[in-house]
Amino acid sequence: MTPAIDVADLTKRFGTTLAVDHISFSVQEGEIFGFLGPNGAGKTTTTRMLTGVIPPDAGTALILGYDIRHSPVLAKQGFGVVPETSNAYTDLSAWQNLMLMGELYGLPRGQATERASDLLGMLGLLERKDQKVQAYSKGMKQRLILAMALLHEPRLLFLDEPTSGLDVQSTQMILSLLRTLNSTGTTIFLTTHNMEEANRLCHRVGIIRDGTIVAVDAPEKLKAAIDRVHRIEVSFDREIPADALGRLPGVTGADRTGDKWQITAENRDAAIRALVTFSQEQNATIVTLTTLAPSLDDVFLRLTEGASL
Amino acid sequence: MNPAGFSGQVWRAWAIAKKDIRIYYFKGPVLIFGIFMPVFLFLAFLMGSRQLPLAFLVAGLVGMTLFFTATAVSPAIFPWEGQAKTLERLASCPVMVEAIVLGDMIASTLFGIGITLITVLIGMALGLPLLHAVTLVAAILLAACCFSAIGMLLAVPPTNVPSNIMMLSSLLKFPLVFISGIFIPLEQMPPWGLALAVCSPLTYFTDLVRYSFTGSHYFPVLADIAVLGVFTVVFTAGTMYLHKRTMPKRM
Repeated sequence: MTPAIDVADLTKRFGTTLAVDHISFSVQEGEIFGFLGPNGAGKTTTTRMLTGVIPPDAGTALILGYDIRHSPVLAKQGFGVVPETSNAYTDLSAWQNLMLMGELYGLPRGQATERASDLLGMLGLLERKDQKVQAYSKGMKQRLILAMALLHEPRLLFLDEPTSGLDVQSTQMILSLLRTLNSTGTTIFLTTHNMEEANRLCHRVGIIRDGTIVAVDAPEKLKAAIDRVHRIEVSFDREIPADALGRLPGVTGADRTGDKWQITAENRDAAIRALVTFSQEQNATIVTLTTLAPSLDDVFLRLTEGASL
Repeated sequence: MNPAGFSGQVWRAWAIAKKDIRIYYFKGPVLIFGIFMPVFLFLAFLMGSRQLPLAFLVAGLVGMTLFFTATAVSPAIFPWEGQAKTLERLASCPVMVEAIVLGDMIASTLFGIGITLITVLIGMALGLPLLHAVTLVAAILLAACCFSAIGMLLAVPPTNVPSNIMMLSSLLKFPLVFISGIFIPLEQMPPWGLALAVCSPLTYFTDLVRYSFTGSHYFPVLADIAVLGVFTVVFTAGTMYLHKRTMPKRM
């Protein structure tokens, strides 16, 4: 299957600053791909190159099979863009903005009006569709931008910090819509600072630092990769000897914290199996058992501070 | 329809033109400026140059009106949209830079024609006979395209500060009016003035308008039309080429 996004050696220089340094990655169709990185790492520059807003200095980016430099119109026809800052025309109403998008994407008028009504209804803007956008709140503007990006039913959606600074209601509405879109086959390229959002939404994430990709993988795999030693928290319904726990296969240490034991292990799976067997042998019941994995925040901080996988 | 094809892009340019008219041209101050500016300049010269015939000054008024209105707003659209990030929205849509420029040109052409027709009616209301209506219509259409291309050329420097462009615009537009035979007939110009006048497309348009109202002209009518056509093609091609080069610098 052709990837929705296939980037090879993409490079962008601003004066003497190398903003994006020969990055390569691909995003499969139907995937939600999170693009993470600290401020100034090259996220927005990369997204702008992928969406054809600025040309790369070197490298290629195939979007839905089209080279964004040589066939920009055909590539752009297949995707929608939700930038971080709302860029709807504030002197136009929501409806006029959507009709403009319909014309720019070559939609027949009837299809555009039907789709616009559906999207505005879905995003809670239908009642205020004829009001000028300048009177909208930030959340409403962001929802409108999403509707504008979705009007032509794109196969691929680029989102740059779509929920940044939004209230909980708008955030939940947007995230829910993204999940629904993805379940119907839309590929999503999401740039975000919100690790929790990336963790919950993304099938894979790419982390960029100083213009270079430092990791691309599934969030859980990245979390597992940064900690070679795993931690497990377990509690039993009766007292257990510490030295017995420490001698279990796969367990490298056992420390008591309150009524729980913090187990460190090189092999999480082997350690859990050993704990279960041990509890049966000791005729003890496991009350709680929690694997303490690093969060995506930990992964992000580790990778963007200079450590490598 | 192939979105990258010629007709697909022309439809998109038309959508951009409608958007421009709605946002930038259908505003009270813009409409008032479009009419008042040339009318006041006309009145100033009417009172200051009593020896010039009314037909000569009305032809100048029509020339000025078209020139000022077709170049009034278009130079500032790119800087405004760059500032508001709406240009980035257009750049991420399946629209070529040439189609964005064409859309802006269509809007300023239509605005210029609309306001200019009012001044033509003023001239006729003052009792001037319209001797060559077809020539006048052709001249207005051609010159409106040419002047809107000039307006877009003024927007080429990739700044997102509208005042910079408007200053540059005024710096070029006003001298052009004074060398184009609007206030001083070409026949009365010194050789160096005439040498400057032939470089201005406004000269040929004014000559055509004068011919339409009075029957007299300085250059042959076909030469006026041909030169205006060449200016239009060169300026349109030039502005599209240059905007394509400078567009990424605005983002």
